[in-house]
Amino acid sequence: MESKVYVIGVGLTRIARLYDKGLTDLFAEASLKALEDAGWPEVDAVVVGSMLPSIHNEQSSLASLLAQSLPYTRGKMAVGVEDADNSGLAAVIKGYSLIASGLAKTVLVAGVEKMTEYPSAMAIRALSQACNAQHELFHGATLISLQALLMRLYMNTYGIDRDTMSAWPVLMHSNASENPYAQLRFKVTKEQVASSMMVSDPIRLLDSSPIGDGAAAIVLAASDAAGSRNNAVEIAAVAQASDTVGIAYREDPLRLLAAEKAARTAYEKAGIKARDLDVVELHDTTTILGLLGLEALGLSPRGKAAVMVDEGEFSSKSKPSVNLSGGLKARGHPAGATGVYQAAEIALQLRGDYPGRRAPDPEMGLALGLGGLGSTASIIVMRR
Amino acid sequence: MHPEDKTGIVGWGAYVPRYRLKAEEIVRIWGFEKTVPKGLFIIEKAVGGSDEDAVTIGWEAARNALMRAEIDPKEIGAVFFGTESKPYAVKPSATIIAEALGITPVTMASDMEFACRAGSEGLRASIGLVASGMVKYAMTIGADTAQANPGDVLEFTASSGGAAFIVGPREEAAAYFEGSYTYVTDTPDFWRRAHSHYPLHGEGFTGEPAYFNHIINSVKGLFNKLKLTPDDFDYAVFHQPNGKYPLRVGKRLGFPKEKIMPGLVTPWIGNTYNGSALIGLAKVLDQAKPGQRILVAPFGSGAGSDAYSIVVTERVEEKQRLAPMVQEYIDDKVYIDYGLYAKYRGIIRRITG
Amino acid sequence: MVRLSISRHWREKGAYYRLEGIECLDCGKRSYPPAPVCPHCGSRNVRRVKLPRTGRLLSYTITYSIPEGFREYAPVMLGLIELDDGTRLVSQLTDTKPEELRENMRVEAVLRRVQVDGEYGLIHYALKFRPHRPGGRKE
Ligand SMILES: [Zn+2]
Repeated sequence: MESKVYVIGVGLTRIARLYDKGLTDLFAEASLKALEDAGWPEVDAVVVGSMLPSIHNEQSSLASLLAQSLPYTRGKMAVGVEDADNSGLAAVIKGYSLIASGLAKTVLVAGVEKMTEYPSAMAIRALSQACNAQHELFHGATLISLQALLMRLYMNTYGIDRDTMSAWPVLMHSNASENPYAQLRFKVTKEQVASSMMVSDPIRLLDSSPIGDGAAAIVLAASDAAGSRNNAVEIAAVAQASDTVGIAYREDPLRLLAAEKAARTAYEKAGIKARDLDVVELHDTTTILGLLGLEALGLSPRGKAAVMVDEGEFSSKSKPSVNLSGGLKARGHPAGATGVYQAAEIALQLRGDYPGRRAPDPEMGLALGLGGLGSTASIIVMRR
Repeated sequence: MHPEDKTGIVGWGAYVPRYRLKAEEIVRIWGFEKTVPKGLFIIEKAVGGSDEDAVTIGWEAARNALMRAEIDPKEIGAVFFGTESKPYAVKPSATIIAEALGITPVTMASDMEFACRAGSEGLRASIGLVASGMVKYAMTIGADTAQANPGDVLEFTASSGGAAFIVGPREEAAAYFEGSYTYVTDTPDFWRRAHSHYPLHGEGFTGEPAYFNHIINSVKGLFNKLKLTPDDFDYAVFHQPNGKYPLRVGKRLGFPKEKIMPGLVTPWIGNTYNGSALIGLAKVLDQAKPGQRILVAPFGSGAGSDAYSIVVTERVEEKQRLAPMVQEYIDDKVYIDYGLYAKYRGIIRRITG
Repeated sequence: MVRLSISRHWREKGAYYRLEGIECLDCGKRSYPPAPVCPHCGSRNVRRVKLPRTGRLLSYTITYSIPEGFREYAPVMLGLIELDDGTRLVSQLTDTKPEELRENMRVEAVLRRVQVDGEYGLIHYALKFRPHRPGGRKE
């Protein structure tokens, strides 16, 4: 029998180009906030999700190094998790597994990334390592340009125009405008999206997540360790699945099979249906991945997500509300940290003390993290 | 009988990049008097794109030759690559092309250097290897992304392109060799030192003592050897450093303009150095009829010239349509300005790590 | 500055130079790049095959956000390509310009420089795809 696992504390840093802060500074800031929020429990393990420290910081052994910046962790388990830009949620699930299996009672899970240590041409190349290095990146493809191939295919296959696609970034920016941790805290119009700089045709700057630094942390605890903390949020299910790294192998490139599979597993474990969800954070590196994520989760029929967003679905007044943080698009995407932001945001929504736009009295929340173009998917379902 | 006539061309192919720079653009940038291009008989030249070099150009010419040869690449026992724009100073280019075309590993492969006639030396070597029975088929490629010092008169003509020939048994050939003749001396008309980006040349000295003397001697040597005269030939193809020289040397040897024009390509694509005369030959084979006789005389600075007599067989017509023709490559073009040309040919200094 | 691996590219030359993929002897599907098992059905019963050099563009993009090492090819044009036997791959497009690209355009593989390791390192060649040239001929 698996032990139940609860989120008992969260801590976030603002996402920005934080040139004056290193990995350790960001990690310590988020982790100390989370530990404080959890009432300073003693932790058995520190799990760190991060994607690029070996490139941007020339640092492996990251978890041990970062754990040194916290009191009372010397001698404790410290382990790193790398799963491309899905590292954050993969780390949360690693922490969950340690507790569910009885290996630990209380775990600090942090996600941290420094994206601004080198010029953008290097950061683009590094982040693109989420894709197939040998047969995609070799040809100059990037995480964004591969999504551009999918976006054009999606628009042509389903007959969706630019204006309809723009509803997603408009919604994301609107949500982020009230999120104090977001990197892009401003609203945009469809016209601004359509006239923003072309990044990788048809993906424009305002379709695409920005480059930023950040860290997020959550404290997980078994039911006995969670004690009587009244704001504890139960993790109802976790699930992970994988798909090909390389979109050319996929029979239908417009299906995120890993996300579909993980969603089915998670819904079954939690005993819910997609329609039971109140609040969702999903992985929209660019507009197209956000829309495909909605479809993979069963929140929209295939090919209909853009139209549903344009018709006003998935807002703070909808069931479910999606990406009230602003998503990767506008909250920001500090790569390996993003998934921990998502988990923290869902926990805060369910606790009712999210500092930005809130879903109306949510009971059931879900976070979906994707590696690259959905070569891995991690899902965590939480219940109030 | 000569050993050459056991052998022939079983496949030929050429390649000319898509981009063109007009001679008037070089006049504009470097302040030349505007009739200079007319004096050289050069209208425009072909320019390889950013991702092209002698290897990629040679690859496409060789691929076209294989398409016409319709043989298993593994049957090719030698690959010669003649160029003066090797991407590597040390490391063979011939192996890259041989590998990419599936010819490796049981084959000879080497890069030849003799200014613009290295590919032609490869052709003579191929004939020898096939005639002796050492290999069944041999391939020679002449390709360049020709360099010229920006602002030098050479820049009007130095261009990108290449041609390839597969030599094999006469019975399978679209054209067979009747004979060949080579004439070389130490004549320093044009050179590039080891670490120099651009060649230097003796200007007028490249003409009389170099180009004209060597071609005239090789062609006359061939005529004597085979007891042939200009009247016996339907086409004459010479090395083409500009549009004028081949017409002039042909006239001095007794060839009318009509026999030279079908193989003249430099006015429209520039001087592709090792590709120059060989693209001309490919273009003639694209249109030749069975029974016709072709004179080909490449020239390389330094200096030397080869002369070949080639007789077209009845197999030529079935092979002509098996790969793109030279004229199709010449006609398919996109004009660029000097800025893009400078970028494509790596003339702009930048930090590349 | 990027320092490119020698062996990592060298061992892929069958795929890079000759478009070698795999054919599954169980489900019949072909895949590129080559893999030890069929990505479609998981069978280990696969053999190496040379894939056709021509195909059509299923989708394309023109990228202005350039990764380190690709500035000289900017804007980088990429295609999701379906070869004539149905195999799909992602490759760089060359000898074309943004306004020429359209879905279902016929393309053919040509050997080109893909990455050049600075002024002194290796030149990595591989097949890219370009619009059929000259004029729509089939290989
Ligand atoms: Zn299969």
